[in-house]
Amino acid sequence: MSMRIGRGVLLGVPAVFLLVFFALPVGTIVLTGLRPEGSLDLGVVPRVLGDPVVRRVAWFTLWQAVASTVLTLLVGLPGAYLLARVKFPGRAAVRAAVTVPFVLPTVVVGSAFLAVLGPRSPVNTALTAVFGEGAPSLDLRRTVTAILIAHVFFNYAVVVRTVGGLWSLLDPRLEEAARTLGASRWQVLREVSWPLVRPAVASAAAIVFLFTFTSFGVVLILGGVARATIEVEIYRATVQLLDLPLASVLALLQLAAVSAALLVYGRLQRRVTAQPLRSAASTARPPRTMGERTFLAVNLAVIAVLLVLPLAVLVERSLATDAGYGWDHYTALFGSTRNTVLAVAPLEAIRNSVLYGLAATLVALVVGGCAATVAARPGWTGRTLDRALMLPLGTSAATIGFGFLIALSRPPVDLRGSWLLIPAAQALIAVPFVVRTLLPVLRSIDQRLREAAAVLGAPPRRVWREVDLPIVGRALLGAAGFSFAIAVGEFGATVFLARGQTPTMPVAIFRLLGRPGIANFGQAMAMATILMAVTAGAIATIDRLRVGQVGRF
Amino acid sequence: MLEIRDVRVHYGAHPAVDGVDLDVGEGEVVAVLGPSGCGKSTLLRAVAGLEPLTDGRIVLDGRDLGRLRPDQRPVGLMFQDHALFPHRDVGGNVGFGPRMQGLPDTEVQARIREALALVDLVDTERRAVQELSGGEQQRVALARALAVRPRLLMLDEPLGSLDRALRDQLLVQLPDVFARVGCGVLYVTHDQDEALTLADRVAVMRAGRLCQIAAPEVLWRRPADEFVARFLGLHQIVDAEVTAGAAATVFGTIPVTDVPDGPVRLLVLPDALEVADDAGEGEPGLDGEVTRRRFSADRSLLVVAAAGREWEVPAPPGPTDRRPGSSVRLRLHPDRVHVLPGPSAQDHAPA
Repeated sequence: MSMRIGRGVLLGVPAVFLLVFFALPVGTIVLTGLRPEGSLDLGVVPRVLGDPVVRRVAWFTLWQAVASTVLTLLVGLPGAYLLARVKFPGRAAVRAAVTVPFVLPTVVVGSAFLAVLGPRSPVNTALTAVFGEGAPSLDLRRTVTAILIAHVFFNYAVVVRTVGGLWSLLDPRLEEAARTLGASRWQVLREVSWPLVRPAVASAAAIVFLFTFTSFGVVLILGGVARATIEVEIYRATVQLLDLPLASVLALLQLAAVSAALLVYGRLQRRVTAQPLRSAASTARPPRTMGERTFLAVNLAVIAVLLVLPLAVLVERSLATDAGYGWDHYTALFGSTRNTVLAVAPLEAIRNSVLYGLAATLVALVVGGCAATVAARPGWTGRTLDRALMLPLGTSAATIGFGFLIALSRPPVDLRGSWLLIPAAQALIAVPFVVRTLLPVLRSIDQRLREAAAVLGAPPRRVWREVDLPIVGRALLGAAGFSFAIAVGEFGATVFLARGQTPTMPVAIFRLLGRPGIANFGQAMAMATILMAVTAGAIATIDRLRVGQVGRF
Repeated sequence: MLEIRDVRVHYGAHPAVDGVDLDVGEGEVVAVLGPSGCGKSTLLRAVAGLEPLTDGRIVLDGRDLGRLRPDQRPVGLMFQDHALFPHRDVGGNVGFGPRMQGLPDTEVQARIREALALVDLVDTERRAVQELSGGEQQRVALARALAVRPRLLMLDEPLGSLDRALRDQLLVQLPDVFARVGCGVLYVTHDQDEALTLADRVAVMRAGRLCQIAAPEVLWRRPADEFVARFLGLHQIVDAEVTAGAAATVFGTIPVTDVPDGPVRLLVLPDALEVADDAGEGEPGLDGEVTRRRFSADRSLLVVAAAGREWEVPAPPGPTDRRPGSSVRLRLHPDRVHVLPGPSAQDHAPA
């Protein structure tokens, strides 16, 4: 009897959470969009879709996502090979460094690229130093180029982790066999390596496409007024134009596109062929030939310029003042009791972020933990729940934030003005990562261990505590760190929900960036640096715990 | 045909192959035998061009292979655990090499059929490699290596993952395939049965060096040192003292030729001892007590305790009353005793 109740709780918690915080808000948006005057009006769909502005936005969203995906693969695949197969001093450190951008808040990434690509960037300082005053000045702000580069920066880790993860497990003797059979290096790549890693490349491409198609923070900060993805347009329609039908139809459009992409992704995942896999440690070798050393050097240079430089410049900008370098922007953040832009002391934003983040982490762990326990058991219930919890990941954060705003502020669920809304939205986005982290570990527990404990007299709950929990504990800590990083950096949904007096760090950065003046810019950079340190710290903790599966799909 | 000259392969400071000289003649099968980690696979990989040489030369048909990439070397390598391409069917695997050689499709197909016929797998081209049994995968891997018509065929523990029955079956088939292909064969294994059955010559390798290169019969009768003897499963080794052409042993005094005076180690070959109750007191031999009976492969052995240790002796044919506890006299045939040169190898018995 108690077993059945336990089962019900495990299934019920994630199911109710998903129902209230995902199905209800998103469903409400769909209905609001289609029923502007209380009765179903499908006419709004062609009206919106026929609008040339909407068409332009949709077209831009699509092509920049495709371009970003192609670029990320071009830059990321050599990196994936390098980190999977080539042994060199500092490889572990490089691999960890490459992961950092993936978990950085979009606002931080946007700020970093604003700093690198803007007129005051060190690149321009260097150009002026070399060519004098007449030197060409680089200013890529508000260009597509800036957006694309930032997307590559962001998603490099997805390619490295997804493709490199498989690549490092592939038996290197397959490639050696092809070599002894007379295949040149190029032929080995085309005939053996490529077909074997293609499924991983395809799923990495699908994920990058998904992330860039729904890109919000980066485009909002780097794109300016002229460039908008559907996601950004939803935000503008809601916050600036107050045009709810437009926002609803756009959200529907995005849902449809994302669902299609997820469907393709699911298909690709199923086609992965069984392969003889080796332990990752045995497949890497140090570079031997001149060509291999050049390959190593070029890739490390790419990583340095693409991934490290923007973050270094971000820190540099946060320290740059009118009179050289100093802590001015940081003291301004902590010193002023009331900031005109934020309406509150900046310190408040940091406090808010941490508190919301902790609450979101707790919620995500409880919901994700229950879901993973159910999903680890065989049967369709677990599989369905697992897939359903992936949905928020594919849904735009803006849609979720917007949905919260209109659905959860009236009966049956009236949370209007409640501080709970923000952690709930953040947890919704963190839960899939928690499940992804816990599930492989739970599945790897030998069923005979549980059986042994049961035979030795442990009732079901005791089995869980004595066997599952100690083994999963480490992964649970990793999931907690990851959830916290995601929650603290979450921007898309939070920007809808954070009210004037309760901004989080990303929201504060965005508001600071929106104001003119070098002081505001510097303070934004300082805040972004602090945020980067917080998320990177959370991720470094995970790396210490060696939770291998985090962030891999 | 193949000449390996003072080849060294170092991994960092560790010498995996530490100065090896070895020849393989036209149509000759040479087995490299040694415990795991002795460097035998590394030697194969070096010949294939997969490991760079730290020093030395590898010459095939008078051509130095040193500057050639793996794909330019006319050798075939069959990997341990096959390394079949999982994304290609049997035909795709076997035809891979000919395709890389740029042969026209009809020729590729002919090569596939030819190679599959060699390993007795006709009409399996369209099957997926995952569906094949272990023995079939083994033969496909062999066919794949043969389809490029290599000048030298190399096999790395080809029978390692097979069960006994399948292994014995392939041990019979392999010499036939080798004979029909006619190229040189370099065969790496840790199993002395395989090496002694298949090879014209066996090279025993230890810690990156070759200890002995000899025909199987010679290797078995006259192992170069105690390590080789023990690796071949010959453990009946005794101490002796030589004085003027006679060795004093626990069996009594036996004649030895060309051995200087002093302490030596003697290898007592498995067929050197026999049960002989009729033996006279003057003959070399030992009195002992039967401890148990043991079957090994096709033979029945008596385990006899004598002179403070146990000896294995072929059991006499026919019904026997030699139960455990009964006493027995062993006779030693002095011509089946081999003097082991070199220092005692007690400390490096094979694992």
